[in-house]
Amino acid sequence: MDDRTHRKAHRIEGRSAAPGIALGPLVRLAPARHDARPNRSPAEERQALVDALAASQADLTLLAREVGDADAEAILSFQIALLEDDNLAAPGFARIAGGEVASRAWSAAIDAEIASYDEADDAYFRARASDLRDLRDRVLRHLAGEADQIVPSGVIVAAEDMPPSMFLATDWCNGGLVLRRGSPSSHVAILARSRGVPMIVGVDVDHLENGSDAVLDADAGLLIVDPDAATRATYCQRRAEQTALRQAAAAFSGPALTASGERVRVMINVTGLAELSGLDPADVDGIGLMRTEFLFQGRDKLPGEEEQYQIYRRMVEWAAGKPVTIRTLDAGGDKPIAGLTQSGDLNPFLGVRGVRLSLRRLDVFRAQLRALARAAVAGNLKVMIPMVTVPEELDRCRALFEQTLEDLRREGREAQMPPLGMMVEVPAAALTIEDFNADFFSIGSNDLIQYVAAASRDEPQLADLARPSRAVFGLIRHVVDHADRSGRETSLCGDLAGDPGQVAALLDQGLRIFSVASGALGPVRAAIARYTGAAA
Amino acid sequence: MNKLRASVLMRHEVGLHARPSVKLTKLAKAFESHIDLGLSPDGPWVDAKSIVKVMATKAPKDSTIYFRAEGTDAKAALEALVTLVDGDFQDGR
Repeated sequence: MDDRTHRKAHRIEGRSAAPGIALGPLVRLAPARHDARPNRSPAEERQALVDALAASQADLTLLAREVGDADAEAILSFQIALLEDDNLAAPGFARIAGGEVASRAWSAAIDAEIASYDEADDAYFRARASDLRDLRDRVLRHLAGEADQIVPSGVIVAAEDMPPSMFLATDWCNGGLVLRRGSPSSHVAILARSRGVPMIVGVDVDHLENGSDAVLDADAGLLIVDPDAATRATYCQRRAEQTALRQAAAAFSGPALTASGERVRVMINVTGLAELSGLDPADVDGIGLMRTEFLFQGRDKLPGEEEQYQIYRRMVEWAAGKPVTIRTLDAGGDKPIAGLTQSGDLNPFLGVRGVRLSLRRLDVFRAQLRALARAAVAGNLKVMIPMVTVPEELDRCRALFEQTLEDLRREGREAQMPPLGMMVEVPAAALTIEDFNADFFSIGSNDLIQYVAAASRDEPQLADLARPSRAVFGLIRHVVDHADRSGRETSLCGDLAGDPGQVAALLDQGLRIFSVASGALGPVRAAIARYTGAAA
Repeated sequence: MNKLRASVLMRHEVGLHARPSVKLTKLAKAFESHIDLGLSPDGPWVDAKSIVKVMATKAPKDSTIYFRAEGTDAKAALEALVTLVDGDFQDGR
């Protein structure tokens, strides 16, 4: 008799990170070998590095064969040539012989090389540091057992964690994601919500078996392994109902109007150009939030001015006259970026993040401001600064922007000063909003809520505190009132705006611009259409 | 010990960058001889077969590249390397 047919259904609880239901086989991505074998001998560490180098070389050779574009191929052959050169890893092997673990030894060896390129006088050689970082990270991924794996579609993927680049490279059609790490506010969760991929976090994935039949109920934060036929059937039906509901909600397109006919603008949050393909600019009121940190994050290297300019310009062109609100780099907090954010912040959410980091890394910030000033010429571009706490920070950004503009004009480049606004996510800024010289305001509710409540959104025990409270709505009203009185616009771009159940409460505060994940467009428009006016 | 020497002016627009370095080290590896590369006639010398070392010289445009080689095919190696640099790292020259 087959064992499997008699296996008892196994329910595993996690935390919901993106709603929805998925049914399919479990695909377990290779676990981090580090964790599995914490104490290895130098000989084993040495072998681990030898294997990781060989695997990286195999990846790159395969990639080089597939790219079919001369520039990409040249970059890859450079990386391959570096790997073929024993001199590259030699200091790493020496460190391993001295007792260091492979990953640390390799990083130390290659970081020394990276530093020497970073210090080069010539911009071309400085830029090679990013090739080395890319190579470093690829080998580290192999050392950690997290190498690029091809994920088939229609499956439930279980893994320790997943980098955004891998999420984006996966076809999630009818699939789902189960992670041990990550949180509902991680980048992967944001992407999963935006693309309607059911996802839960906080699941011990070690004991999950590859190929098991499973149901992912990401509405309840539940994974059911080997469900019985009745459970399967129930979920099949629920999934079908959800699909039907989504399609009905998606039918709410065109201008959003409340029941009393008042116009409300609904914009979208995006992370890059990829999300705009398949979306008609006529269906939205613009881009309310472009999170630029993804340009920096998915690829292990910092994009330069020209690359950023091309992306921003194409976004503005896509929007065809509608506003495109680009947020300057919001790194730090839960969004670390290798080579940029400070490690060892005692409390990353209260540390050097957002504008605090940008004002300390002027090289990176200036390149972004230059790209934005150039793209502003192409259409309706707006720029907003994240994590502003005091007016001086915004003043400094404005001064830097003006200086950038002057530099560009001197160089004979076309550039323009876009409207400069601020994110309102720090309570100090919300309370003294009158003091800020901002052209517009955008409320970042995710951070505002957790700063107001002093409760992390990622701490499940505090879920009752880290939610929109009267205190939060009071601050939102304060900002909206001030903006209305002074003839400026306020939008809200956090998850709160995309929650149909909160739409009425936000409209009650006077908010008339929502910016939501594209998956929430339909449901939010539908909720706006039901709104009959401020509650008495 | 008898080392053959050669030198050539490099005119490549961005200097001894990634693509030229890949070509140069690949070519050097095709020879049995031990081959060194330097930016002055007196060194310091680096192994011309190591891309890590060659790139580390960060040789800018208009540098003169010096080679020295020792081995059975030293003469052919130097000729080939000089031709490569002189031909601006084009293939098939």
